[in-house]
Amino acid sequence: MPAFSRTQVWLILLAITATTYWIGEAGLSGHGSMAPVLAMFGLAFAKGLLVCLDFLELRHAPALWRWLVLGWLALVLALIVLAYWISLR
Amino acid sequence: MHGTTPTALGSESNGSHSVAGAAAGTHHPAQAQDATPRLRGDLGVWLVILMELLTFAILFVSFAFARTREVPLFNASQATLDLNAGALNTVLLISGSWCVACAVAAVRRNASVAGARWLLGALACGGGFVVVKLGEYAQKLASGVDLSTNTFYMFYILLTGFHFLHVVVGMLALAYLWVKTRRGRYGSHDCHALETGAAFWHMVDLLWIVLFPLVYVMR
Repeated sequence: MPAFSRTQVWLILLAITATTYWIGEAGLSGHGSMAPVLAMFGLAFAKGLLVCLDFLELRHAPALWRWLVLGWLALVLALIVLAYWISLR
Repeated sequence: MHGTTPTALGSESNGSHSVAGAAAGTHHPAQAQDATPRLRGDLGVWLVILMELLTFAILFVSFAFARTREVPLFNASQATLDLNAGALNTVLLISGSWCVACAVAAVRRNASVAGARWLLGALACGGGFVVVKLGEYAQKLASGVDLSTNTFYMFYILLTGFHFLHVVVGMLALAYLWVKTRRGRYGSHDCHALETGAAFWHMVDLLWIVLFPLVYVMR
């Protein structure tokens, strides 16, 4: 993943937040459809990734710490998506 | 080539002077430090951060699975939440995190005045978050919602309330760091405490990044 400047990271985070807001505002999340939920939590992962690597500076941390936090993020989001999928069964 | 000797976990105060930076002559000490993998902030606080992440993970996943049993109730209750307030608070936390990251970078350049201004910006963002959230709580309280209303609101109050406490604790830390930074306490020679406070503040942001789509948007 390329390194962005701090301000670029901030602008990307704002853009992703606007997209998530739009998904909510347009009522796209729901109607028993997986796609918007997958997109939304995929975007949340991208956001978390930027915060972890660039703001928390885990990009420059020992690999163990980087994978602990990113693993936490991936696992939590995956379980949320799994629960949503179960709710559609 | 190392100014400091990293420990196995890579988190020790880098208060020592960088031999590498001095020897190379052209390198800034902070740049020499950045070359070695190092956890920014105090190891003890990072362990606390891991525990917080674990606690919130349990709450997030419990919310998601509790929802599978009462989908219509969760969707109906969520519809009463203010999406605008949730999104505004996301913007405030992200911006606060950006301010703190800029503060740390400024202090590493020995620009304490700029660093203190960025911290003030982060405090303003945190203050904005607190005001918006208290407004939301007041609205919910006025409409008779409490912990026992239903499962959704129980989780809503627990999750956002617990997160809110972390925002307040983070702001207290930032206020302390702001005072110290303004007095020029930190710089390229030592910004360990500032990095530690920053790590906690970014964690608060990271938690909200999961909380917002889960509680406010997913239906």
